[in-house]
Amino acid sequence: MSLILVQVIVSGLLLGAVYALFSSGLTLIWGMMNVVNFAHGDFVMLGMYSAVMVWTALGGGPFAAVPVAAMLIATLGVLSYFMLVRHIMKGPMLAQILGTFGLALFLRYAAFWYFGANFKTLPDTLVGGSFVFMGLRFEGSRVLAGAMGLGITLLLHFILTRTAIGSRMLAVSEDATAAQLMGIRPQRMQALAWGMAGAATGIAGALIANFFYTSPTVGETLAILAFVTVSFGGFGSVLGALVAGLIIGVVESLSAYLIGPVYKDVIVYILFVLVLWFRPQGLMGKT
Amino acid sequence: MNRFLIPGALLALALVYPLLVQSLPVYERLGALVLLGAIGASAWNIVGGYAGQVSVGHAVFFGFGAYSSVVVYTHLGWPPIAGAPLGMALSVLLAAVIGVPTLRLSGHYFSMATIAVGELVRVLSSTSEFLGGAQGLGGPAIPRTVFDLSFLSAMPFYYIFLVVLSLLLLLTWIIERGRMGFYLRAIKDSERAARSLGVSAGRYKLYAYMLSGAFAALAGSLYLCMFGFVDPDSGFGILISVKMVVMAALGGAGQLFGPLVGALILVPLEELSNSLLGGQGAGLTFVVYGAIIVIIARFLPSGLLSLLNRRKVNRVD
Repeated sequence: MSLILVQVIVSGLLLGAVYALFSSGLTLIWGMMNVVNFAHGDFVMLGMYSAVMVWTALGGGPFAAVPVAAMLIATLGVLSYFMLVRHIMKGPMLAQILGTFGLALFLRYAAFWYFGANFKTLPDTLVGGSFVFMGLRFEGSRVLAGAMGLGITLLLHFILTRTAIGSRMLAVSEDATAAQLMGIRPQRMQALAWGMAGAATGIAGALIANFFYTSPTVGETLAILAFVTVSFGGFGSVLGALVAGLIIGVVESLSAYLIGPVYKDVIVYILFVLVLWFRPQGLMGKT
Repeated sequence: MNRFLIPGALLALALVYPLLVQSLPVYERLGALVLLGAIGASAWNIVGGYAGQVSVGHAVFFGFGAYSSVVVYTHLGWPPIAGAPLGMALSVLLAAVIGVPTLRLSGHYFSMATIAVGELVRVLSSTSEFLGGAQGLGGPAIPRTVFDLSFLSAMPFYYIFLVVLSLLLLLTWIIERGRMGFYLRAIKDSERAARSLGVSAGRYKLYAYMLSGAFAALAGSLYLCMFGFVDPDSGFGILISVKMVVMAALGGAGQLFGPLVGALILVPLEELSNSLLGGQGAGLTFVVYGAIIVIIARFLPSGLLSLLNRRKVNRVD
């Protein structure tokens, strides 16, 4: 296999790990309370702006930006839960779309109004430029994003499947009333889920900001990608989002390299429709 | 008789509206835009509201309509409105192609699949030279005959849109009261129960989807006739799809006048505040717009018309 092909696959994997991270928050919410957050992409966008702010106001790099973004977006998630989602999750599916899309517009244009429409980028040198390893060229920012994306997605999966708090959250998602009778407070668990999802999403945003332009409308593109990743992987499955994210990352870079950059999205969408055709519940979804 | 009183009064008001605002072209344009929005959202309402299949990809049909109209002009020299039947026919076919695999999916999965199909078509259209690529295509710049529908004011469009919307609502009303309407509502409430009672759920969902797609395409063709231009984002963009959903849901999905009520609120909100605040305040306008949608979703999850119906339930006839 030629070195270029290896390079393409490796960069696809690094990108895919980031996709996995910013989709894991969406899948967590979707699986736990059957709510699709149409404002998810705008949560990522605000995570990106947090990183930009940390850099412009404090001169801090990603290691300062990540915790700040995590805290800010987690707060935003918990607030959205208590002020909006809690009230609309029992209603018809359309009310959820209406509510979360309204929230998306609110956040997107608040950012537009406050930060302006101009694209913002962070300096390349913030995360050590690029380096060559085993004949492959790596950009520091992408390696950091990929590694942290993989790590935090796995951590989230571990928390959900191997800890007491994860079991409590699972119990609430299976049967909130029964869980309540067992002494678990459903609302607290659901708020926690929004907090965790927000933190993961904020971190993803702060990492993406290092190699992607930041603008108020960037969330729209990212949201569609997250929807595809989550449906692809199966709703509620963080591991599914990880596998789907990696597959999508690799397919994107391979098709951009082999067919042409314009067609990378086309191939991903076709792949997605095929997966839904043969396995409607996604790769790792429950039937 | 009572049943026709409110629609009749609405229609009468709609007919004289341009006379009331004659001195202000802005309001004529606004009226036309409200009706156009209502046509798109009412088309969506057939499958999304009545049948409960929440498509977030109806821009595919809207775009097909708009592009059909502009393509018959650029490639054949016909007036754009001649492309409307073509766009509707193609959309029915396309709805069958998209609907057969995706309508098997339920709930959010169907919505996500329609989003993906919509994006797929948008990206493909931006790579197609035949469709003008990312730049899009424009209709006739100078009107050649009256059929090019180039008018100095928005009033002719207003009446054209009013006729189309009235016919669409009449058709929806007939469906609503007929066998298909009962089938669709049964499918919405519980597809499994509907199937067990002998409703061919798959077939009726597909019929609703095809019909809905045809009228969304008509909305696209009319849009092109009025604006004379379409590009991948204004034809196939996800915002087009989402706006149809939001308008219908805001007014009341699955109700005859729900989409119209939604359009009556959202379109003026968008247009008027944009022109009042100008370019600078544009961001702030949509902040308010978003906040209003959130508040309605929070307090009236079934749409504004649920306010009226709540009263109706208490009344014993």
